[in-house]
Amino acid sequence: MLPLSGERKDAKGIICENNDVIRGSSTLKRGFAHMLKNGVVMDVTNVEQAQIAEEAGAVSVMVLDKLPSDVRKAGGVARTASIRIIEEIMDSVTIPVMAKCRIGHVNEALVLQETDVDMIDESEVLTPADELRHIWKWDMTTPVVNGARSLAEALRRIEEGAAMIRTKGEPGTGNVAEAITHIKKVNDELRTIKSMYDSGDNQDLVRMAREFKVSYDIVEQTAKLGRLPVVNFAAGGIATPADAAYLMSLGCDGIFVGSGIFAANDAAERARSIVLATTFWNEADKVKEAQKMIDERQSMLGLDVKTLELRMQDRGGSA
Amino acid sequence: MSAKIGILAIQGDVAENLSSLVASIADLNETATVHVVKTPDEISEMDGLVIPGGESTTIGQLSLVNGSQKVIKQKVESGMPVLGICAGMVLLANNATDRVVGKMEQPLFDFLDIELERNSFGRQRESFEANISMNGIGISNYNGVFIRAPAITSASDGIEVLAKLDEKIVAIKKGNIIGTSFHPELTDDLAVHKYFVNLVKETKQ
Repeated sequence: MLPLSGERKDAKGIICENNDVIRGSSTLKRGFAHMLKNGVVMDVTNVEQAQIAEEAGAVSVMVLDKLPSDVRKAGGVARTASIRIIEEIMDSVTIPVMAKCRIGHVNEALVLQETDVDMIDESEVLTPADELRHIWKWDMTTPVVNGARSLAEALRRIEEGAAMIRTKGEPGTGNVAEAITHIKKVNDELRTIKSMYDSGDNQDLVRMAREFKVSYDIVEQTAKLGRLPVVNFAAGGIATPADAAYLMSLGCDGIFVGSGIFAANDAAERARSIVLATTFWNEADKVKEAQKMIDERQSMLGLDVKTLELRMQDRGGSA
Repeated sequence: MSAKIGILAIQGDVAENLSSLVASIADLNETATVHVVKTPDEISEMDGLVIPGGESTTIGQLSLVNGSQKVIKQKVESGMPVLGICAGMVLLANNATDRVVGKMEQPLFDFLDIELERNSFGRQRESFEANISMNGIGISNYNGVFIRAPAITSASDGIEVLAKLDEKIVAIKKGNIIGTSFHPELTDDLAVHKYFVNLVKETKQ
């Protein structure tokens, strides 16, 4: 059974044919994300990387023009990937294919929907097209995933129609610290509203709704569930099997790995080892075996978040 | 001893099957228990197993890694009921073809002689909900949730076709083995899970 809290049954993204076939419903969009659970989604930039990801046991690949670490180095404006490359990848792997669009860029999202990608990531890794507004995702038939640093951000995105949430972390750094901070904050805030709900404290629930800038209904429904009403993955800075296992232990439903795999010098082994650690995160011996498959000297060098000039996580955060 | 029903927890929507099974058992007033299982030892204790939706390439590969595939094969071949949902149904087959990529060389459990097509109805945008009936097991007017769903294009003799859609087979049964293209765990209708709980109970007796 699927929590459908906050769903809009009259959404434009829902297509009804002859009254007996429905596409684009919340059940289908959120349900797609549920099939990714306990899995790893890997950032890729070409067919070869996508095939390595599939062979390593990835549940999906995310197509970008450049890995997040290269987006940092290159500067300039980062946009959605070439459609031709996305199509080539869709023709060569059987797992779902995702692609990123810029925050607020409705027509980049529509182009990706028309391309038939399986999920769209409205992502802070690309340069935001609108600092004040995100896409109204209820108009999309294809499911959309958004990043969040807090429960407030996550619920705002869900009210806009996000079918899945991921932590923002700090992309392209190889530094897992921010992803840990974000999931801990979300968990802490979930515990707070759950205890308010359990003690029947509607006064404080409505105070939280106003603080979060979301409706009372979504806060109440989320508090009752005690978890986000959509699937929640970890993302941003994951580079090793131990990183993945730790985030799974914090209650994440799965893992996105951006630069961590293909910016390392041992991509195939690293991809496989991160999948193993995600699946068997609660078996210490298996995580150790996975960690042993990689060589720390081959890991991406990584960046200290304190010295960054560009904090991707702040993009779209106040909206 | 009450029956133990496991959900294979390698990858996929385990928690949703857990809540559907727990609710089914409560509704039926049964004493069966539900377990999330991953290791060969845990699986060997079970009287029935649900293989949930997810990615068949991932579940297949990882079930080989930790040796759970071997135990599942032994148990199912000796009569343990198994319900394979979507990716779970793909794994029941002896071969699989992807609609776009073609013939697959992925690890499968090899229980059913069928022609199975992955992503048979298209990509996620084409995922759909539609009404189906499985008269062979007494379930009608059922909301089928098809997500990048596989379908069976032909089945060998001895395999019972439970449901068809657009001439494609979307639910099958062969003795203790049941497969569905769609996701009963994503709806509030417990009919399929209840049927499976009863099948596990009858097999154990």
